Amino acid sequence: MGMTNSAAEPTALIRARGLTKVFGARSAVAGIDFDVRDGEFFGFLGPNGAGKTTTMRMIAGVSPRTSGTLEIFGKDPDLHGSEIRGQIGVVHQQETLDMELSVRENLLVFGRFFGMDRASIATRADELLELFQLSDRAKDQVEPLSGGMKRRLSIARSLIASPRILMLDEPTTGLDPQARHLLWDALQRLKRGGTTIVLTTHYMDEAEQLCDRLVVMDQAKIVAEGSPRQLIVEHASREVLELRFPNGTESIDVKVLEGIGDRYERLAERVIVGCENGEAAHARALEHGLDPESWLVRRSSLEDVFLRLTGRTLDE
Amino acid sequence: MIASLAPRAFSVFERNVFVYRRQWLMIVTGFFEPLFFLLGIGYGVGGVIGTIPYAGVDVPYAAFVAPALLASAAMNGAIFDSTFNIFYKLKYGKVYDAILSTPVGVGDLAVGELLWSNLRGVIYATAFLVVMLAFGLVHSPLALLAPVAVVFIGFSFGAAGFAITTHMRSWKDFDFLFIVLTPLFLFSATFYPVEIYPGALRWIVELSPLTRGTHLVRSLCFGDLNLFMLVDIAYLSAISFIGYRHAVRRLGVLLLK
Repeated sequence: MGMTNSAAEPTALIRARGLTKVFGARSAVAGIDFDVRDGEFFGFLGPNGAGKTTTMRMIAGVSPRTSGTLEIFGKDPDLHGSEIRGQIGVVHQQETLDMELSVRENLLVFGRFFGMDRASIATRADELLELFQLSDRAKDQVEPLSGGMKRRLSIARSLIASPRILMLDEPTTGLDPQARHLLWDALQRLKRGGTTIVLTTHYMDEAEQLCDRLVVMDQAKIVAEGSPRQLIVEHASREVLELRFPNGTESIDVKVLEGIGDRYERLAERVIVGCENGEAAHARALEHGLDPESWLVRRSSLEDVFLRLTGRTLDE
Repeated sequence: MIASLAPRAFSVFERNVFVYRRQWLMIVTGFFEPLFFLLGIGYGVGGVIGTIPYAGVDVPYAAFVAPALLASAAMNGAIFDSTFNIFYKLKYGKVYDAILSTPVGVGDLAVGELLWSNLRGVIYATAFLVVMLAFGLVHSPLALLAPVAVVFIGFSFGAAGFAITTHMRSWKDFDFLFIVLTPLFLFSATFYPVEIYPGALRWIVELSPLTRGTHLVRSLCFGDLNLFMLVDIAYLSAISFIGYRHAVRRLGVLLLK
């Protein structure tokens, strides 16, 4: 999957060509190309094990690549890792907060890792605690905080040195819907403030809501690239008709399915039909003698894009 | 000075200062062990033995044992930090994953941790030196250099402990540590002169890093400057260097996959 080499391309903060990572006999990332531009919100969408986290680790200079080229701020992370990491904030998928320190100390100590002086760290730490609504927990230990608060603290900590790029690996996994929306708001604010944000997710709604541009990854490769809107227009039909068959879909005749809409995907208990007009497609399904237990019509989403490109759903 | 030489390593050291500001009691406990040995063995057993020949003269048994206890206090300070604490951070804390996402690299990380484990050794040694002065067990002003000399002991045991810890799979593996440390403490010319060992056995004991550390500290405490002290320093430095290199390599394997 190549990128168009347009001459007027805005500055790419991250540039990968043929980026590859092999663990033993397994390819975790198999020759991917992408650019992350200054100021954009960029996403890696894909199921678990698609190679998203490995890609993030290579960008952060904590996982040497097997082959290909990778440049962050025009520099090779395998050679200039420390310098690059000085301008990147990383939020891991697993909580990596320091449980032996208080909330505020987590920020203070982190600032020192970035070589900041103590006075600037203290000012910045209080700013961030305020921004992420953690000021009243500043002196508390980390362990008793809620999942949402821990995640906010992780993000606050990653921002201590005002990084140019913020990288988040599955930032909302395990959060309740409210905590999730709080976090999305915080990320949008950061983006408006000029921070370039790179995130991985296996939630298509998250990718759709947040990302200016994204790549869809599956089995170590990039299978599509573009804005959420573009991807949907390019790879999915306007509407989707979902038909539910609790007793299974194997017995349904292919000819019947082909006659309903523009394309279809047969899942275990559902048939997903891509079409211009869902209502009309439903009518045709009934004419062909199908008797679904229930049905619904909706606009196409990134989930459909993924399904179309891989024949599987994201959470499979 | 250290801060300007290696700021990133020093930031790792600072992290531990933050943690132990609340847990200083844990450090204090390490001070009592050598004191108990001094009272029980140095004066208790010493009361029966009286004097022991050292460098051609008879010296009180407690004065002979005390420098060895100072050296092993430094060893314990360094090794407990670089094994238990580092294993926790490697295995459960995920602290290192966070640290390595900053400009801090594995080399900085290892140096910072070793500086910290060494500080514990130096604190124990200094406190114990004060005890020795109070008990009148110091026979030379050179003894004041003992807290500096123990830096060599601290780095060698800290680095070796760190290197070994990177291979540990579970807390059970720590039993192995005690199987090594207890005889090391008992047999490294701590309670009697190394000349007591027959033939080949003596040379094995001479290779114990604690024997070298004890020799270094004991020589200072008795004002007995000798060329073998340089051998002690070279030997302990070599262990430090090998341990450090191995620890850094292993950290890379474990954390920078």
